[in-house]
Amino acid sequence: MSWTRFFRRSRWDEERARELEAHLEIETDEYIARGVAPDEARWAAQRKLGNVLRIREEIYEMNTLAVVDTVWQDLRYGARLLRRNPAFTVVALLSLMLGIGANTAIFQLLDAVRLRSLPVKEPSQLVEVRLAGTQPRPGNVITRYAELTNPQWERLRADQRAFSSMLAWAPMRLNLASGGEIRYAQAIFVSGNFFEMLGVSAARGRLLATADDQRGCSSRAAVISHAFWQREYGGNPAIVGRPIRLENRAFDIVGVAPAGFYGVEVGRMFDVAVPICAAGALGGDSGVLDDNFIWWLSTMGRLRPGWSVERVTAHLQTISPTLFRETASQRLDPEQIEAYRKFRLEAVPRGGGFSSLRTRYEAPLWVLLGLSALVLLVACANLANLLLARADARAREMAVRLAIGASRGRIVRQLLSESLLLAAIGTLLGAILARVISASLISFLSTGRDPLSVPVALDWRVLGFTAATAVATTILFGLAPALRATSAPLESVMRTSSRGLTASRGRFGWQRALVVAQVALSLVMVLVALLFTLSLRNLTGVDTGFSFDNLVVTDIDFGGLAVPADRRLRLQRELLDGVRSIPGVTSAAQVSMVPFGGWSARDEVRLEGRPQHRLPASMNDVSARYFETMRTPLVAGRDFDDRDASGSPTVVIVNQTFARRYLGGTSAIGQRIQMRTGPQQWSTAEIVGLVNDTTYVDLREPFQPIVYRAAAQERDPGTDLRVVLRSGLSLAGVRSAVTKMAARHNPEITLSFRAFPTMVRETLLRDWLMATLSGFFGVLAILLASIGLYGVMAYTVARRRREIGIRLALGADRQSIVRMVMREAILLVAVGLGLGALLATIASRAAKAMLFGLAPGDPAALSLAIGVLALVGLVASYLPARRAGRLQPAQVLPEE
Amino acid sequence: MPKRGSAALEGELLQGTLDLLVLKTLVLGPAHGHTIAHAIEHRSDEVLQVEYGSLYPALHRLEDRRWVASFWGTSENNRRARYYRLTPLGRRQVVQQEDRWDALVRAVNRIVKPATE
Repeated sequence: MSWTRFFRRSRWDEERARELEAHLEIETDEYIARGVAPDEARWAAQRKLGNVLRIREEIYEMNTLAVVDTVWQDLRYGARLLRRNPAFTVVALLSLMLGIGANTAIFQLLDAVRLRSLPVKEPSQLVEVRLAGTQPRPGNVITRYAELTNPQWERLRADQRAFSSMLAWAPMRLNLASGGEIRYAQAIFVSGNFFEMLGVSAARGRLLATADDQRGCSSRAAVISHAFWQREYGGNPAIVGRPIRLENRAFDIVGVAPAGFYGVEVGRMFDVAVPICAAGALGGDSGVLDDNFIWWLSTMGRLRPGWSVERVTAHLQTISPTLFRETASQRLDPEQIEAYRKFRLEAVPRGGGFSSLRTRYEAPLWVLLGLSALVLLVACANLANLLLARADARAREMAVRLAIGASRGRIVRQLLSESLLLAAIGTLLGAILARVISASLISFLSTGRDPLSVPVALDWRVLGFTAATAVATTILFGLAPALRATSAPLESVMRTSSRGLTASRGRFGWQRALVVAQVALSLVMVLVALLFTLSLRNLTGVDTGFSFDNLVVTDIDFGGLAVPADRRLRLQRELLDGVRSIPGVTSAAQVSMVPFGGWSARDEVRLEGRPQHRLPASMNDVSARYFETMRTPLVAGRDFDDRDASGSPTVVIVNQTFARRYLGGTSAIGQRIQMRTGPQQWSTAEIVGLVNDTTYVDLREPFQPIVYRAAAQERDPGTDLRVVLRSGLSLAGVRSAVTKMAARHNPEITLSFRAFPTMVRETLLRDWLMATLSGFFGVLAILLASIGLYGVMAYTVARRRREIGIRLALGADRQSIVRMVMREAILLVAVGLGLGALLATIASRAAKAMLFGLAPGDPAALSLAIGVLALVGLVASYLPARRAGRLQPAQVLPEE
Repeated sequence: MPKRGSAALEGELLQGTLDLLVLKTLVLGPAHGHTIAHAIEHRSDEVLQVEYGSLYPALHRLEDRRWVASFWGTSENNRRARYYRLTPLGRRQVVQQEDRWDALVRAVNRIVKPATE
C-alpha cells in the first residue's frame, strides 16, 4: 500500500467505478449479441459481475490505512466541535499559545547559552585551560574572560603535551574612528591558529594564520565577520586588501569569516579579529605582551586522542609550578608572589564555548522556565476543567454509545482527538510566538555598549522540547476528561441523568481538585512575581548618595596625540576647563571610577602608625567639584582645590563608612592614612574631607569604605580622562558641544558619551527582566485561575438549579442561597491558598540569590499574594453565586 | 468489518493462482478485464471460471505492485474500457511466478500421486 494511493484513494475509486461500468456495458453487448433482450442482458451482466459496491469497497480498503482513516475522522469531528464552540476554542488556543510560546522561547535561550555546542569542528574535543580556584587574579584584569597573562599563555603553549593544537583569545572593543566620537567595533584578539583549530574556512580571502601572529606583527592582518562585512561594507566583493583603522592603527582586511561564525563566545558577535601580537601596539601600553601583571587571555585546546580532561588536569598540575615560578610579576608584594607561585592550572570541557551570559542569566532563565511551565500547567488545568464540564454534559451520550457496543478505547480516542487538535494548533502558534518572544528578550537585554547576538535557532532540542510539551499538555488536559467520561458505571449515568436533585460530590472530585491546584499554583507565581517586583522596587529605591538625573559621563582620550607624561595633567586640566566653560553645563569634574560604570579599583590602605592593619578600601581619583557635580554633601572638612597639585602634600577625602568602620568615631579630618604605590611602597596622605556615603559599583552592593585621591596629584597620569558633568542639555547637546570643544584642541582626540540614568538602568536589566516577566506570568495565572474558578462555580450552580429552585420554593431566602454557593467557593480557594502558601515558600527559594532586600518567604509579599488571590477568587465566584440567588423557582422546576 | 472467517486460506491460495493466470494472459498483449476473464475461461476449456468479484481487486493489486499498468482504450465493439499491459517488472514476475507454480504443483503431486514402484 503506498501513501500516494492512500491520499488519492477517492480518485482511484472513481476510476474503478468507471471501469466496472465499462465492464457491464461490454458484457451487456455480449449478451445482446447472443440474442438476449437488452433489459435482460443488463441484468444478467450485473448478476454475473456481482455486487459492484462490494468490489469497490474491497479495492478501497486495499488503499486504506485503517488507523489513519479513523484518526482523520476523529480529527474532523474534533475540528467540528471546536468550530461550534468559538469562545472555548479561542480561550484554549490563546492560553496554550502563550504557555507553549513562553516555554519554548525561554528554553530556546537556555539552549543557546547553556546546552548547545559551538558551531565548529568537533566541539567535544575542546577543553579550556584556566586558573584553578576562584581567587582574584593578582594584577589588572582587563577582559571578560581574563584567565591568563600573555607570558603565561606563551609558556603554556610551549610546555603542554595534551593538545594537538591550542588557541588563545580575548574580547576587546576597538575604536574605528580616527578622531571625534568613538565608534566601537567588537574585536577579538586571537592566536594565529584560532580559525584553523576551529576548522573554520574563509568566506572571502583568507583567515589569520600562525605567520600573522608573530612578535612585531608585521603582517597587520585583520579578519572581519560576515555580519560586519555586510553592515559596514554592504557586502562589497572587493573587500580583501582594504585597509581598516583600529585604535588609529592601520590594518589590512585579509578575509571574511563565514556567515554564522561568531567566535567562541556564545551570545556575542565579533566584528573584527586581529592577531594577539597586535595587542602590543594597541591600547597604548606596549608592554601588554610581556606584562605579567595584565590578565586578559583565555585559552582552549583540542584534545589529543587518548587524553581525557582529568588526564590534562593532571598534566597541567605537573607543569604549573615552573610556569608560575617563572611568570610572577615584579609589581606584586612578596606575600602575593608567595600565593601566586601556588597557583595551579586546570582543564574544563569548553565545547559549549565561553559565555558570561551563561553565568549571568542561566539561573534567571531556569526560574523563568519554571514559571512558564507553571503557567502552562494552570492553563492545562483550566482546559481540563472545561472539557470535564463538557464531557459531563455528554455523559448520557457516552453511556448509550458504550451500551450499544462501542469500545471504550475508540471513544477515548475520539475525545482525545479534540484535545490533540487544540494542542497541535496551540503548539504551532506557540512556536511562532516563541521566536518573537526570544528575539525581544534578547533585544531587551542587549545594550548599545554590549550588543548581544544569541543564535536562537530551531534545533532538535528545541523541537523535541516543544513536541514533548505539546504531548504532555494534551495528556494533562485531555486524557483525564476522556477517561472520566467513559468510566462512569453505565446504569448510574443512565439513571441519574439530569433528573438528579443534587450534584453528587464524587462526580465533581476532579474539577474541585483542579481548581484547588490552579489556585495553589497561581499563588506560587503571584508570590514570585511580587518578590521580584518588590526586589526591583528596593533596588530602584536605594539611596545612591548622589542625584544622577541630568548627569552625563564622557570619556576623552588623547592617546593618539603622543603627549609626554609631564604634560598630561595640564592637558587633562585644560580639557576639563573646556567642558566646564560650555554654556549650559552647571558643573563638571574628573573621575576615574564612575559609579555604575562596571569597573572598580579595590585596594588596601593602612592607618599611619598601625602598618599591620590592612584595611580594604575602594579607590577613586576625582578632581575638585566632583562632589558638587554629583550633589553628594560634604560632611566635614574641605573639597579638593587648586592647592592640591603634584608637588603639594598628598591629601585624600574619605566617606562616612570609611570613617565609621576604620576611624572608630574619632573625627576623620586631619588623620593620616597610607596608600600603596608599589610593592612594599606606601605613601602617606592626610584626610582633608569627609563626604556622605555613595554607591560604588552598583545598587546591590552596600556602601563601601571609599578613599578619594586628588586626580591632580596622580603620579602616573594616563592619556585619557573621564568627566562627569551636570547640565541642562540633552545627551545629544552635550555630545556635540564637547566634541566641538575637543576638536578645537585637537581633532584626533576621541570621545564617548553615556547618560547616567541609562547606565543605572543597564545594571538593573536582569531585575527588570525578572520583574516584568514574572509579573506577566503572575497576571496570566490569576486570569486563568479566576476563569477556572468561575467556570466550575457556574457549572455547579447550573447542575444544582433544581435543588436551588426547590429550596427557594420551600422558602429559603436568596441571601442564604448566595451564602451556600459562596461557602463552597471559599472552601476551594482556602484549600488552594493553604497548599499554595506551602508550595510557594518552598519554590520561591530558587529565586533567593536574585532578590534584593527581602527573603524568599517574605511575609508581607506572601500575605499580599494571598490577599490578591483571595479577592480575585471571591469576585470570580460571586457572579455565579449571585445568579444562583436570582433563580426563579417557577422557571426552573417545570424544566424537566 | 465484514467477517472473513475460514475463507481466508482458500482465498489466498486462489489469489496467487489468479495473479499468475492474469499475468500469463497479458503476455499475449494488452487486454481489458472482460477479455482477461474470457481468455482464462476459454484457454482452460471452461474449467476455470473467473469470479469478477476477485478479478478486479486482483488487477488493482497487480497494478499497485507495478507488475501491470493500465490505460483507457477502445474495445473491439467501440466501448471505452480500461486496458492492462505487462510492465517490464511484470514480465520478470511471470517467470518467477511460473517457477513457484511448478514447485507448488510438484509438491502437491508428491503427496497426491506418490511414486509407486
